[in-house]
Amino acid sequence: MKREIPLIITFVAGVAFVLQYFIPHYPFNRFENLFSDWFSIVGAFAIWLGALSLIKLCLLNISKKAHDWPISLLIIVCFLAIVVAGAIDGFNGLKNVPTTSFRDPGTNFDWLYQNVYTPLSATMFAILAFFVASASYRAFRARNTAATLLLLSAFFVMIGRVPIGDYLSAWLPPSWQLSQWANWLMAFPNTAGQRAVMIGIALGTVSTSLRIILGIERAHLEG
Amino acid sequence: MKKFLPWIILVALIIVVALLPKPLEISPTVSVIVTVLLGLALTGVLVMTMRGHLIGRRTVFLFIGASLTLPFFMNFQMPIKVAPEVQELYDAIAKLPPGSKVLAAFDYDPPSAPELQPQAEAFMAYAFKHDLKVIIMGLWPQGPQQADMAIQKVLQQPAIRAKNIKYGVDYVNLGFQSGNEFVIQRMGSSFRGMFPRDIYNTDCDKIPILNGVDNFSNIDFVFNLSSGYPGTVEWVQIAVDRYGVKLGAGNTAVQAPSVYPYLSSHKLTGLAGGMSGAWQFEQATGEPGVASTYVLPQTFSHMVVIGFIIIGNVALFVGYRKSRQEGV
Amino acid sequence: MDRLKTLLFLTSVVILLCLPAYSQTSIDSTAAVKPAVESPASPTNVVAKDTKNDDGSAMDISWQLSPDDKRLVTKYVVLRSKSPNGPFVGIGSTTKGQSFYTDNGDTVGVSYYYKVAAVNELKTADGQVVVGSSESSMVGPVKPVAQWFNLRRTDVLIWLFITCAAILFYIMQAKSGKELYVRKIAGIDAVDDAIGRATEMGRKVFFVPGIQDMDDVATIAAITILGRVARICATNETMLDVPVSKSLVMVTARESVREAYSRVGRPDAFKEDQVHYVTDDQFGYAAAIDGMVMRDKPAAMFYMGGFFAEALILAETGNNAGAIQIAGTNQPAQIPFFVAACDYTLIGEELFAASAYLEREPRLLGSLKGQDFAKGLFLLAIFLLLILAMLGVNWVTIMDVS
Repeated sequence: MKREIPLIITFVAGVAFVLQYFIPHYPFNRFENLFSDWFSIVGAFAIWLGALSLIKLCLLNISKKAHDWPISLLIIVCFLAIVVAGAIDGFNGLKNVPTTSFRDPGTNFDWLYQNVYTPLSATMFAILAFFVASASYRAFRARNTAATLLLLSAFFVMIGRVPIGDYLSAWLPPSWQLSQWANWLMAFPNTAGQRAVMIGIALGTVSTSLRIILGIERAHLEG
Repeated sequence: MKKFLPWIILVALIIVVALLPKPLEISPTVSVIVTVLLGLALTGVLVMTMRGHLIGRRTVFLFIGASLTLPFFMNFQMPIKVAPEVQELYDAIAKLPPGSKVLAAFDYDPPSAPELQPQAEAFMAYAFKHDLKVIIMGLWPQGPQQADMAIQKVLQQPAIRAKNIKYGVDYVNLGFQSGNEFVIQRMGSSFRGMFPRDIYNTDCDKIPILNGVDNFSNIDFVFNLSSGYPGTVEWVQIAVDRYGVKLGAGNTAVQAPSVYPYLSSHKLTGLAGGMSGAWQFEQATGEPGVASTYVLPQTFSHMVVIGFIIIGNVALFVGYRKSRQEGV
Repeated sequence: MDRLKTLLFLTSVVILLCLPAYSQTSIDSTAAVKPAVESPASPTNVVAKDTKNDDGSAMDISWQLSPDDKRLVTKYVVLRSKSPNGPFVGIGSTTKGQSFYTDNGDTVGVSYYYKVAAVNELKTADGQVVVGSSESSMVGPVKPVAQWFNLRRTDVLIWLFITCAAILFYIMQAKSGKELYVRKIAGIDAVDDAIGRATEMGRKVFFVPGIQDMDDVATIAAITILGRVARICATNETMLDVPVSKSLVMVTARESVREAYSRVGRPDAFKEDQVHYVTDDQFGYAAAIDGMVMRDKPAAMFYMGGFFAEALILAETGNNAGAIQIAGTNQPAQIPFFVAACDYTLIGEELFAASAYLEREPRLLGSLKGQDFAKGLFLLAIFLLLILAMLGVNWVTIMDVS
């Protein structure tokens, strides 16, 4: 039964979800909201599993003096710092009239968010600028016809999306300027390709979902 | 000594930047000279590559770093052409009569702010100046905070200060709600069901701007700023498809290509994509902002990337020639 | 002469005395009388009917615009009551020029009465709002009804039936022993080679299942592939590291890997910490994996599942570490980044086909064929509709059920 029960639950939930899409009548109209609430509740409790697993792994690394144990120590320190800051601000906020949240401006939690988390996030995102350049330098080479087309598309879109594209092609008729080439590439070949990929993904999703609902696909349950 | 060289350079740079007068702006002549020097450096790399000395990733990073930071100090004016999709977005907003209720969905976080915050500021400034009533919400936790930052900046403008914009009358911030696309779906039947109180914990029934606003049928236009999931795609699939709302969007440059199919099928009424889209949107709405400052570094970095693509292909052909000469 | 002077004096006094009274009266009358606001003519032909294809909570109200729509009307207010005698309460409004409103706040089975008021709102100089309005005649009683089937989704249901029928048909064909041809997918063929490379080099294999939760089908597809990868790693005694972004994914992936190790007879080699939670935050996750990759220098990296902006950060770092990289995602925006930075990329539905391809189980291969058959039908339908559209026949309008 250990294997059968999850399959039965999957089947019932899957069929219920499919039905609610087509049947607006009560009780089917309540399924989507109900299941999404349940998922949120389960997810919220499951967060503890992840956090405890992370702390356990870090403590293990520190105790064994594994090769990256300073990183584990840093994780524990940062984890505790933000939790303690939030807890202190939360308790202090409860004493205020009206009550304030630990997230409100001026709290320690907000300071850590604005001055530590936000700049770090922005830095990681900014790394993309450098990685795009190095990936382009490595990947956009005219090895074959397809690669050459990719290279030319990248060239026209990059130069057409910035003002210098029209500046350099100002001598051409307006409909032939580089920004129009970029717009055409985005509006037609790009859209066609995106649509094709989206249709393929949608069909793949339907097929995988059907396999999961019918219990044909079980690897996520049993390896 | 060699081991500490990068640290020494970093400390020296920090000291130089700290001592420089602010704001620092170099004259157009010096800007041209710096640009030419950058071009010459790239040409030097090209010549080195042709001679068989291939460059590494770090050289690429150095050039990108220079092309992104130096233009901030330059003084170049570039011409602008508004793309059709951005014009469509502006036209849809311009058609709204004074008093129209606009739902502004802020679905992004600080990392995407350089591209989307200028659009947010231009939109809010336009809305306040043309008496559009804005209802703000977010499917991302940081979205409503970004909205608040945009509003606080826009309220400093003299023309808008003179209009005496009031919270609760001219705009309201409903805050963030978790649930992703389910939030949009439930808003279709009742906004109060998802947002019984605003971000300041005031009962929505007591907020004047929300009088008579029950669901999407009371909304004249939805403007979505999005950088991922949940975002524009979910708004199209649920709000437009099921409830028939009119939706315009601002997206990051990465997300914009995947949203074009909705543009051409008229599910989306206009799109401002990326930094250049933000700049064009600022021009179309007549609300110049920081996007025009950011476009110059973007232009320089695009040219540098194109330069390195050319250099990369030269390296490829040099490699082919070498292997042919060696008889491989 | 004296009489004349006296008369003039008395007249002046009277006039002087009356002046304040006159101006007082004027001020009073200004204060007492609000500016007159002309009420627009009422809208006519109000119709309230049940919204089709819903759960019985909505009513469509339409009306003919007031003759004064352009001149006086600032908005239309829709009023509703449960009784013909009222009270009628405003439930929503539309701007002038609009003659349609959907009331989404009804209760199924309850009768309602509706009126529509044309409103002229005027803001005075001192900020007061003065309103003039006129209401239409009442319509009702009308009852919202819940439908048992959403007719607007008939086309989706038909396509779903066709797709499912095709999948089930080919599954039955495969089960009956028929050989089904599936084209080669380079990325999936390279899985064994990538793990073999890691085994020879004595380095780790990293499997990154994306940043989406278990409610995303791509994550389930990734866990399926993880099971296969874990089996090969267990057989070859290669170290496998699976950093995850969501707690539920951690639990599922752990079970999947544990079962995979047990299946090849190596339950002792499995360590729970192989599958470990990192953080829910997108860039925190990317930073953590980048750090692990730069320190551990894995020989093979798999990126399978839902990725967003962190895709290129991960792939470039893996490339820098010298790992062979195989990626697959259902996010169209990230596929180009993986194509540029990885050795092999599974594009679109190839990610979902991977499990069938790797297992080579007849039922899974059959579902693959069925999916392809449905895609072929889609292509045919698109082509036919294109021809029809070129001939001026708009099939979408014909099919639209409102």
